[in-house]
Amino acid sequence: MTVWEVFRREKKGQPFTHAGSLEAPDAAFAEAWARVQYGRRGESEALWLVPRAELHEVHDFPVEFDLAYRRVDGYSLKARLKEARERAGTDPARAR
Amino acid sequence: MQNRTEEAFLSYVQAGGQVEAGDPMPDEYRARLVKFIEMHGNSELMGVLPEREWILRAPTLQRKLALTAKVQDEVGHAQLIFRVVEDLGKPRAQCLADLVAGKAKFHNVFHYPTRSWGDVGVIAWLVDAAAIVSQKALLKCSYAPYARIMKKICWEESFHILHGRDVVLAMVTGTEQQRELVQEALDRWWAPLMQFHGHPIPADEDPMYVWRIKSQGNEEARQQFLEGYVPQVWELGLTLPDPKLRRRDDGVWEYTEPDWDELRAVVTGGGPRTRERLELRRRFLAQEAWVREAVLAA
Amino acid sequence: MNERARILLELADDELVIGWRDSEWTGIAPTLEEDVAFSSIAQNEIGHARAAYELAARELGTTADELAFDRAPAEYRSIPLVELRLLDWARAIARRYLYEQLDRARIETLRRSDDAELASLAAKIDREEAYHRLHAELWAGRLGNEPRFRRALDELRPYAQASGRDTRTPEFAELWEEMTSVRRSAPGARW
Repeated sequence: MTVWEVFRREKKGQPFTHAGSLEAPDAAFAEAWARVQYGRRGESEALWLVPRAELHEVHDFPVEFDLAYRRVDGYSLKARLKEARERAGTDPARAR
Repeated sequence: MQNRTEEAFLSYVQAGGQVEAGDPMPDEYRARLVKFIEMHGNSELMGVLPEREWILRAPTLQRKLALTAKVQDEVGHAQLIFRVVEDLGKPRAQCLADLVAGKAKFHNVFHYPTRSWGDVGVIAWLVDAAAIVSQKALLKCSYAPYARIMKKICWEESFHILHGRDVVLAMVTGTEQQRELVQEALDRWWAPLMQFHGHPIPADEDPMYVWRIKSQGNEEARQQFLEGYVPQVWELGLTLPDPKLRRRDDGVWEYTEPDWDELRAVVTGGGPRTRERLELRRRFLAQEAWVREAVLAA
Repeated sequence: MNERARILLELADDELVIGWRDSEWTGIAPTLEEDVAFSSIAQNEIGHARAAYELAARELGTTADELAFDRAPAEYRSIPLVELRLLDWARAIARRYLYEQLDRARIETLRRSDDAELASLAAKIDREEAYHRLHAELWAGRLGNEPRFRRALDELRPYAQASGRDTRTPEFAELWEEMTSVRRSAPGARW
């Protein structure tokens, strides 16, 4: 018996998400059993079934150096924007 | 993933940290997890047996469908739960062997007999309600694979309680004889229900809480159950066989101390139906072993 | 009773009784995954029975539940094959396999009926039965060479004769007793 991982899509437009796993001797049984375990309430529009051994799992993402330049939180425009507005005379605080 | 000392691991889970399958974990954590989750799986499997007798006696097509679907869900839950146990290192076949050999525990309520259709309503409504209180707390279990299956389980359990309450409502608005069936069932099930959440251990002395496998203590769970469901019982004009049962002004429910000796005797295999039900399971497991071994072994 | 009601009751009684028998496996099937799948088949069958009883009930001026539960055993029209209590897997699967064959023929005929309601019911049933057939084929494929399975098919084939509908098997009496016990305890009550 193989362990099969089950992914389900609830509705079109949504991604497949991992839903669970089950043991079955082949794809046909895996399908028959997954249909009922993950669809008997009409709660799934589609399933992906993958033998666990076929999944290639990836771990360990080293974060050793500053990655802020790749993210929104790595940019703080506040101070420079204030200075630029002051120079242009468009600083709202000044205008009042 | 860095190796954690037991102390660091404890701090991690107590701060809300989640553990995935394959993560390093202290032996004690793994052992307690397996035992706890296995008991849950066993309970789902044993809970099926009192109820399936009534599937065959359901008095309408609707009730037949609803009860079969409910019991099917319990089996489905067992399937999800034993996969989690298996991924923690204990094969399902071993769990089932231990169960039928009387070596493993399951919840007290599934050791008792059922006597009428009144039991069907009371079990689906109140036993499932008691279980869902615990199960909702398990949504925050530190072991993520278990927490995740609890989502599906809780979602499915919610219809069981409605079905149970509907069965009870039909009977209490029916004949006098039907109402009596419900009351009689309630009189029998109340003691096991009060014992269900276990002896009140202070949360910080409860290893299951310390490791954040459970996120609430036993008494907290019992109080939630009483708060949610005693008013629902009383509003139907039904009584509960505990003269001390009342809600104090501060919101705490008072009750007669449950018989903890009975609880201990029952969960260690001495319930009125324990042996008979384990024997049924053992018989079918043995009878159909050829299917698993010869037919399905890939 | 007119022909239409007779056809509906035969279909409904077959599906009710096999659904009742199949539901006996809930909780004790060979694997947990199969338990869940088999229980769905049982529920589908009861659902088919209910739909057919509802159509017949309108004709006969009664309700689906009254047709399902309140007739005397002699009034049912089920085929003997579905009435047997078969609590071993080889025979349970053999019965499913044989039943799907006879049911398929019946459904195919009904789908071609001039009666739009019957044809529509048959089409709906067929869409679920497609999965029952897949399930039966899957198991028959796996059990193919098992002597128990071949023996079971031989043993059960005679019970699939249409002529058997005129009398109930001895096993039906026991099933009927169990099935109607709660309902008979309070005749006319709501449950």
